[in-house]
Amino acid sequence: MSAENTSGRQETAAPGSAPAIELKGISKAFGPVQANKDISIRVMPGTIHGIIGENGAGKSTLMSILYGFYKADKGEIFISGRKTEIPDSQAAIAAGIGMVFQHFKLVENFTVLENIILGAEDGGLLKPSLSKARKTLLELEHEYGLNVDPDAVIEDLGVGMQQRVEILKALYRQADILILDEPTGVLTPAEADQLFRILDRLREEGKTIILITHKLREIMEATDTVSVMRRGEMTATVKTAETSPAELAELMVGRKVLLRVDKAPATPGKVILDIKGLRVVDDAGVERVKGIDLQVRAGEIVGIAGVAGNGQSELLEVLGGYADATGDIQVNGQQLDLSGKLSDGRSRRARGIAHVPEDRQREGLIMDFSAWENTAFGYHRDPAYQSGILLNNKAIKGDTEAKMQRFDVRPPNPALAAKNFSGGNQQKIVLAREIERNPDLLLIGQPTRGVDIGAIEFIHQQIVALRDKGKAILLVSVELEEILALADRVAVMFDGHIMGERQSAETDEKELGLLMAGVGS
Amino acid sequence: MEVMPKWAEVILVPLISLLLAAVLSALVIMAIGEDPIEAVNLMVTGALGSTYGWGYTLYYATNFLFTGLAVSVAFHAGLFNIGGEGQAMLGGLGVALACLLIPWPHWTLAILGATAGAALFGAAWAAIPAYLQAKRGSHIVITTIMFNFIAAALLNYLLVNVMRPQGSMDPASARFPETVHLPTLHDLLAPIGINFSKAAPANVTFLIAVLACVLVWFLLWRTWLGYEIRSYGKSEPAAKYGGISPTAITMIAMLISGGLAGMMAINNVMGEAERLVLNAVEGAGFIGIAVALMGRSHPFGVFLAAVLFGFLYQGGAELALWTNIPRELIVVIQALVILFTGALDNMVRMPLERLFLMMRRGNV
Repeated sequence: MSAENTSGRQETAAPGSAPAIELKGISKAFGPVQANKDISIRVMPGTIHGIIGENGAGKSTLMSILYGFYKADKGEIFISGRKTEIPDSQAAIAAGIGMVFQHFKLVENFTVLENIILGAEDGGLLKPSLSKARKTLLELEHEYGLNVDPDAVIEDLGVGMQQRVEILKALYRQADILILDEPTGVLTPAEADQLFRILDRLREEGKTIILITHKLREIMEATDTVSVMRRGEMTATVKTAETSPAELAELMVGRKVLLRVDKAPATPGKVILDIKGLRVVDDAGVERVKGIDLQVRAGEIVGIAGVAGNGQSELLEVLGGYADATGDIQVNGQQLDLSGKLSDGRSRRARGIAHVPEDRQREGLIMDFSAWENTAFGYHRDPAYQSGILLNNKAIKGDTEAKMQRFDVRPPNPALAAKNFSGGNQQKIVLAREIERNPDLLLIGQPTRGVDIGAIEFIHQQIVALRDKGKAILLVSVELEEILALADRVAVMFDGHIMGERQSAETDEKELGLLMAGVGS
Repeated sequence: MEVMPKWAEVILVPLISLLLAAVLSALVIMAIGEDPIEAVNLMVTGALGSTYGWGYTLYYATNFLFTGLAVSVAFHAGLFNIGGEGQAMLGGLGVALACLLIPWPHWTLAILGATAGAALFGAAWAAIPAYLQAKRGSHIVITTIMFNFIAAALLNYLLVNVMRPQGSMDPASARFPETVHLPTLHDLLAPIGINFSKAAPANVTFLIAVLACVLVWFLLWRTWLGYEIRSYGKSEPAAKYGGISPTAITMIAMLISGGLAGMMAINNVMGEAERLVLNAVEGAGFIGIAVALMGRSHPFGVFLAAVLFGFLYQGGAELALWTNIPRELIVVIQALVILFTGALDNMVRMPLERLFLMMRRGNV
C-alpha cells in the first residue's frame, strides 16, 4: 500500500486532515510468540486515543514499535499521512513522538531543568543550553498549565510532579504525539485526576495522545476513541461515548465477565491477627512502618489501601517472616517472634499463616523451577512431601496435578517451568499452594497484578470462599477498585501510618483517595 | 515453551562450540607453520591412543571432576567459588597429615581417612569466605581468590619449615608409607585380564570421583537440602519468602564445595606424588571453573567436560613433546575451548534457536 490511497478512505477524519498516526498491518513475533498480529489503527489528530488490553495482549510491543525500540516484522507506519521508518527512538523523536514510560527515566539528583535538556543539549557548553531551555520551559508551562519549578531536584518531587517532568521532556523535544504507558500505576486517585486534566489541556492545544492502560475506568473517563487488543490482535476500535465498561471487558477477554465480586456480608468472629505498635526499619535505616495497630478477625477480609511504597510491603514482609520489626503481633492469641531465628517463613507457616506475596515472580515462585517444584515451595519440609532426607517427588507431583485441576491451571502440566505459564496461571499456582493449606490467616499482596480479567474473577471467588470458611484475610492492593470490591474493612496506609479505617460499604474512592494522600484523620 | 529440544541444548550447543574452538585453533597452528591435521592426530594418539595416554587423560580428568563438581555445587547456590585452587591445596595438607600421622594397616582404610582429611581441610578453607559472605556480605569471589594466595603462602611455610624431613633440600613432605599407596588402574584392571599401562598415574580415585558425580546429582535433585540450595541459587528473595535461611545455605553449599575441591588431593597427593609437594594442584582449581561452565553445572556434563579437559591436557603435553608447537600454544587452545564453551555460549545458542524455530514453523 502506498501513502496516496490512505487519503481515499478516511471515515472518521475531518476533511483534509490525515490521521496523526496510522499503522497498517503491523506484525511482530518474539520466537514462537506472535506479540502483534496484523494490527491496523488510525489515531486522529487532537484526540485522546486509548489502547486497552490485558497484560500480554501486545499493547507495549505495539508502542515499542512505534517508538523505535523494536522493528516490526511486517507493516507500515504513517505519521500525518507520510510513510515513516522508525528504526530507533531518535527517529521517533524526530517524527514528533514523545513517550512517557511507566517507570520514569529521570536522573534523581538532577534538577528539573537539567533532566529536560539531558540528551537534547545544544553545543558543548551547558550554560547557554540551560538558559535557552529555561525560557522554552517557562513558555511550555504557561501554554499547557504544567507548573513545575525548573530548579527543583527530582528526588524532592512527588510522583505526580515527576510525571509532569516526563511530559515536559517530551514537549520540549517538540512532540506532537504523546504516548503514555500505564501512567496512573503509581498515582493516587487525585493525582490521576490531575493528570487527566493536563491531558485534556494538551488535547485542546492540538496534541494527539495515546493512553495505554488496563483500567476500564480511565478509558471511560479520559479517551475519545478506544482500541481493544486481545492476544496480539486489535479486536475493535470504538468511540468511547458509544461503549460501556462491560462491553470493553468482554472485548478484552472474549467472553462475558463479572466485573464486581459476588459476596455476602461478612460475619467476623474472634480476633486472629492483632498488631500493636509495629515498627519496621529497612536495611538503609529508614523507618518504613511507624507504629501501626491493626486487627483482622476470623471470617473477614481487611484491605490495606495506599499508594505503593507507604509501608504496606514491609508489613507483609514482617508477617511473612522475612523482615525484622519491633512491636507486638499476636496470631490466635500467641506472640509472633519479630526477629531472630524463629522469625522466618517456615515458623510462620507452622503458625497457620499462609502468604501470597506481592511479587510472585520474585518471591512467590522460582521461575526456572517446574510447577511441581513450586507447589512444594515453602512446604518442602512437610512430612507429606518427604521421605527421609529425600523429597518425595511422586507425592508432590500427584498433589500438584490435583491442585492444578481444582484451580484450573492451564496447561495442567506439573513438569512445565513456572516462567512458561501466563501471569494468571502463575498466580493460581501460588494461590493453590497457599489456600489449600487451609491457613488461619492468609496474607495476600496484589492478588491480581498482571493477571488477566478472566482469572481475576476466579481468584476473587477463591479469596471470598476462604473468608466464608471463617479464615482471616489481610489483603494489600494498590488497586482501590479491588480493595473496595473485595475487602469488608479498609485501612489506608500513608507514610508508614494507618491514616484511618473504614467499613468498605460505607466509604468510596474519593474518601479513601484523600486518606491515601495523607489528608484527613 | 522451550525453543530447543533438550538434546540440542545439552549436546549440540557444546559440540558446535568445540568445533569452532578447534577450527580457530587450527588456524593458529597453521599461522605458526605447523600442520593442524598432524597436530590433532598427535593429540588423539597421545591422549587416547594407548592405555598410557588414557591413564594420564583420566588422571587429569579425576582432578577436574572434583574441582568441577566443587564449582558446580556452589553455582547452584548462586555462589561463585573461585577458591578451588586453595581448597585443593589445603585438602592436600589434610591428606598428608592423615597419611603421615596415622599408621594405616591397609590402603582401603587409609583412603577413607585421607578422604575425610581432604574434605575436612578443603571445607574448612571454604568456611571462612563462606562465613564472611553470609554474615558480613564480603563478596565471595574476592575472598576465595585471596584465600588461594593465603593457602599457597601457608603451604610454602609448612613445607619449608615444618613438614620437610631433616636434611632434605626439597620443599616437600616425607614420602607416605608403602601401606597407603593407592592401586593404579593397572593394579585394578590386571585381575580381570586387561593390561593397563603401569606407568600411568590414573588410580582408584577416578572411581571415587565418578561416585562423587552420582552423589552430587542425588544431593541436588533428590534431597530437600539440594532443593533448598537450588532455590536459594535461583532466587534469594524467594528463598527468604520460603523460609530458607540464606546464611545456612551459603555455609552448607560452600562447605560441600570446599570439601569436594579438597578431595582432589586424594588423586594428586595420595594417588600420584605419594607425598605433599609445593604447587601440587597445578591450576586444576581454575580448570574446574571452565569444567563447571562447560558442563552446565550438571554432574554428567561435568564428567564429560572433565574428560575433555583431561584429553586437552594430556594431548597438549604430547604436542609440545613431539612438535615445534610451543607449550604456550597449548594454553591458547585450552583458552579457546573455555572461551567458546563458556563465555561465548550465546554466540552459538542464538542462531541455533532461530534455526529450530524456523524448522518448527516449517512443520506447522
